[in-house]
Amino acid sequence: MPKPFTPKVITANALLEGDVIYLTATGWTRDLAQADVLTDEADADLRLIEASAQTDHVVGVYLADVTVKNGIPHPAHFREDFRARGPSNYPHGKQEHI
Amino acid sequence: MYHYTDFDHAFLKERNAQFRAQVERRIDGSLKEDEFKPLRLMNGLYLQLHAYMLRVAIPYGTLNAAQMRKLADIAEKFDKGYGHFTTRQNIQYNWPELRDVPDMLDELAKVNLHAIQTSGNTIRNVTADHFAGAAADEVADPRPVAELIRQWSTDHPEFQFLPRKFKVAVSGSQNDRAVIKTHDIGLQIVENKGEIGYKVIVGGGLGRTPMIGKVLHDFLPQKDLLPYLEAIVSVYNLLGRRDNKYKARIKITVHENGIDDIRQRVNARFAQIRPTFTGVDQQMLARIEADFAAPPFRPADEAPYQNAYQHDPLFRSWADTNLSAHRAPGYAIVSISLKAHGKTPGDATARQMRLMAALAERYGHDELRISHEQNVILPHVHKADLPSIYAALKAEGLGTANIGLISDIIACPGMDYCALATARSIPIAQDIATRFDELKLEHDVGPLKIKISGCINACGHHHVGHIGILGLDRAGVENYQITLGGDGTQDAAIGERAGPGFSADEIIPAVERLVLAYLDLRAEPSETFLQTYRRLGLHPFKAALYPETRADAA
Repeated sequence: MPKPFTPKVITANALLEGDVIYLTATGWTRDLAQADVLTDEADADLRLIEASAQTDHVVGVYLADVTVKNGIPHPAHFREDFRARGPSNYPHGKQEHI
Repeated sequence: MYHYTDFDHAFLKERNAQFRAQVERRIDGSLKEDEFKPLRLMNGLYLQLHAYMLRVAIPYGTLNAAQMRKLADIAEKFDKGYGHFTTRQNIQYNWPELRDVPDMLDELAKVNLHAIQTSGNTIRNVTADHFAGAAADEVADPRPVAELIRQWSTDHPEFQFLPRKFKVAVSGSQNDRAVIKTHDIGLQIVENKGEIGYKVIVGGGLGRTPMIGKVLHDFLPQKDLLPYLEAIVSVYNLLGRRDNKYKARIKITVHENGIDDIRQRVNARFAQIRPTFTGVDQQMLARIEADFAAPPFRPADEAPYQNAYQHDPLFRSWADTNLSAHRAPGYAIVSISLKAHGKTPGDATARQMRLMAALAERYGHDELRISHEQNVILPHVHKADLPSIYAALKAEGLGTANIGLISDIIACPGMDYCALATARSIPIAQDIATRFDELKLEHDVGPLKIKISGCINACGHHHVGHIGILGLDRAGVENYQITLGGDGTQDAAIGERAGPGFSADEIIPAVERLVLAYLDLRAEPSETFLQTYRRLGLHPFKAALYPETRADAA
């Protein structure tokens, strides 16, 4: 039996700044909380293909697992947690604006 | 210090102009990422976890004050006010934006610095003993040879698309401070009946398959160096495994074919290409050597040093750990620790860089070095100036007296920055240093090298740490494996895996148990951790690491 599909977001790095971005219904956001949560596998695959085609603005598009609490996506893996926050040795990156 | 020729300046200018155009074409969409990526990597530009990262080469770890100031200016203007010195004598900027990178490279070119071949499957920045030209135990300064190799390998048309990256290190001393045995090629300058030549070691490397290099040639005459190197890389270029990224390094080529087979192939290739080297390379080497002539060392009264050493215990502690023997009478080599307890190993703020530049200019014959152990060296300092230097360093958080001690930890950027990492390294290094500072034990423990990598690629050299720590992802949780007994010197050895890994919470207490066990086990206070380990083997240390296992077995 195939593994059940777990909720995901589409993420990448912005071409110019290099920072972490997430796909929304209308474009891209720098804030994971604003990301579109994908719960259907076929839909996720299609959105990934569309997002990957936007090579003029984004780099390295992929699907990342999230857990959803009160409708808001949170990183499922510690790597995605760091990407969503920033490094742990300085208050740099996204955490500067939180 | 090597002086750029008109050719060097023109080459760098043209190369930077090419990259500027490539960045513009990427931004306007004419180049796709697949096309741009190899171009940016050739120029040291990575895309990491949170941002781009620019890796700038510091060839053989040598800088002058103007170059260090420029690194500080760039850190402030284009980054977040600091830079990270790496285990291969590079500096990395963690936060540049793509549009700014061509300007950064132009700024670097003003002081003869660049990021060429700091990435990609090419011959990388050539590293050298950070005490080069200053060490008391040196046969010859390795930097002229390293510069010759830099020039030969830069944009070498045959070697731009090697099976994998290729790293060369050069040492001029029997005491290896450049880890030459874990490089693709390690060169040791040796003397035989008054003649200078090279011991050539090949096929060393760390990463997922750690290997100690093997001797390919005991005594290569000086004049044959470049054709011989070209023969080695040429043989590797054809024979190296391009079918499997993990088997593509020369260490695997040497391992699979055997050193004798490789030697035979290299000799055959060498015989072919030797006649094409007309001796121009040796003329160039002679000119480069003149650039690296020793500065005029001055005689001076050592009394200020003796006085401070007797009366200031903090200065004495720093002098005992951070100074090394210099070749000139009255001089010392100063290692400036970038490992203040609790700080990020290898990081320096722009302000700290400017201070080190000023000290080099005022007291150090305008010379600075970056060590693969992520510290900064003032190679030529008269002892009379040491009290003033120490006072200035201390005021900027650079006076930590811990060179070679447990808190002088090598750590790669790990998952705090690196896209390849499987776990964090920096917080582990910070916590170990902080813990042993609290215990006030590190001077009692003595020489002990801890090296931490955040993935199997081993940028943190964990295999050659007396205590090596490797961060892994085990079922979605950071997990740290310990190896013991590694050594990165002339007696190079790969550490032995101690057993199952530890969680981030468990790893600091585990290291503490190891070190306390060593204090109990050592035959006398002068027996180092590594000596004790070699005498007793893994078993008693394993018992200290896994006390519950021992209890279960009983």
